Amino acid sequence: MAAYDVETGDAVHPGDPVVVDRYTAGARVNHWITATCLVLLAISGLALFTPSLFFLTALFGGGQWTRTIHPWLGVVLFFSFFLLFVRFWKANLWRSEDGSWLAHLRDVLTNQEEKLPEVGKYNAGQKVVFWSMSILIIVLICTGIVIWDQYFYPLTSIEQKRWAILVHSVAAVAIICVWIVHVYAAIWVRGTIGAMTRGQVTGGWAWRHHRKWLRELVTGRAENRPTGAKHSG
Amino acid sequence: MAFEFELPPAPTENIKVDLGEADIVRRSASTVPQPARKLTEVAKLIDVSKCIGCKACQVACLEWNDKTERIGFNYGVYDDPVDLTPESFTVMRFTEWINPESQNLEWLIRKDGCMHCEDPGCLKACPAPGAIVQYSNGIVDFDHDKCIGCGYCIKGCPFDIPRISQVDHKAYKCTLCSDRVAVGQGPACARSCPTHAIVFGTKDEMKQHAAERIKDLQSRGFKNAGLYDPPGVGGTHVMYVLQHADKPEIYARLPKDPKISPIVNLWKGLTKYAGLAAIAAFPVIGLLHYLVSGPNKVEPKDEEDAKRLTGSR
Repeated sequence: MAAYDVETGDAVHPGDPVVVDRYTAGARVNHWITATCLVLLAISGLALFTPSLFFLTALFGGGQWTRTIHPWLGVVLFFSFFLLFVRFWKANLWRSEDGSWLAHLRDVLTNQEEKLPEVGKYNAGQKVVFWSMSILIIVLICTGIVIWDQYFYPLTSIEQKRWAILVHSVAAVAIICVWIVHVYAAIWVRGTIGAMTRGQVTGGWAWRHHRKWLRELVTGRAENRPTGAKHSG
Repeated sequence: MAFEFELPPAPTENIKVDLGEADIVRRSASTVPQPARKLTEVAKLIDVSKCIGCKACQVACLEWNDKTERIGFNYGVYDDPVDLTPESFTVMRFTEWINPESQNLEWLIRKDGCMHCEDPGCLKACPAPGAIVQYSNGIVDFDHDKCIGCGYCIKGCPFDIPRISQVDHKAYKCTLCSDRVAVGQGPACARSCPTHAIVFGTKDEMKQHAAERIKDLQSRGFKNAGLYDPPGVGGTHVMYVLQHADKPEIYARLPKDPKISPIVNLWKGLTKYAGLAAIAAFPVIGLLHYLVSGPNKVEPKDEEDAKRLTGSR
């Protein structure tokens, strides 16, 4: 079987408990830079979006600084997320089991894992988050450049800027909601946060939530052991 | 009573400033208490048919506002500068128009600048509390100490008026010389206009004066002469007398029916409220879900299964 979900650095360490390497240090640093930018962008963006939250500009040194910093944070996030995308896109491709996983959303929400199909490194929910983030970030950077008046004012008409700012704010609301789902899922599904802090999860966590991925790791490891060569195909 | 062109001489003593915080009726990104008094609405009337394009108003504007325009570029047209800038709050826009009926070449010269809308799009779009205010006499003014330079006012404005300075990153536009009006004076441009094409007074006076001018123009063959006081923005406190009021767009694209863009209304209206509701709803739904379903915990059996799979025992 092709190890389509196993990424560089993924490894399983037998023991008590079994420990599984899920994210490399590079992936984790990459993730947290992106996460920090996203949070700062949300705060600064909301401050400019609604007068009731304008006071948040104080966190950035006032309105002028907020207006200055926000687009630059967006640039950092764009490139940082781009690296994450390169790392993760393959494991987030839609697979046949993802449809039936989504069809069992009720079981997902009621913690009835045993009724769900086995999934790879990411379940359908995580894939939806990944692709939503990817698309929304492209929308946000494109519309953001249109309304970045300091450098790009002459390139577009005022009417285009109006559309851009409307789409930018709708996309921003959407990505904040996706982010809330992402954070909530990490808290709700216990044992997940360690994947992005220490880079590891327990074997039980991998068995319960990403059994196909775990099986592949174990099989791959067993197959690779004699030669040490990477399983390919 | 005929309109007096001459405004009273500038006061030199006992100067009483009669326009202040207490007269603000609208304040961007915030609310203000209803003022105790209502000032008489003022207006500037620009009679395009009387304008000779001398640009005295542009000079007076730079002079009074203590601005220096950069040495520009000659584009081969009379317009100079060719567009409004953060320094030039007003520019003359020259149009050579051939009247299809008379085949006459008409030189239409429109003094462009802030229209001081009764329903200001800039103020609606502005995210910085108090950076844009509207006084009860109709003047829409920018408070540069509060401006954050985001350029939202540009998107809100139906007339393409505000300009952001690349020096201090703040928005600039005509103030209707609110500082002069506050001491009973008229705007610098009106003061300087040699033909009285620009006049200033109460809005009622200006409408009456405009009516006389329109009657005169109509008697001289300009049958579509009329007043430009567009209702789409609640009327304006800068109005034009146009020889061809049925075709305002021939005057360097003066909009025919300006109003705040529906995109801006959607952005500042439904998007804001629905967006904030969604952002508030998601954590609440999460919390409720957590209360009902509880955490999804890895069970000891899962760890045992993992050990068995990996051959740990």
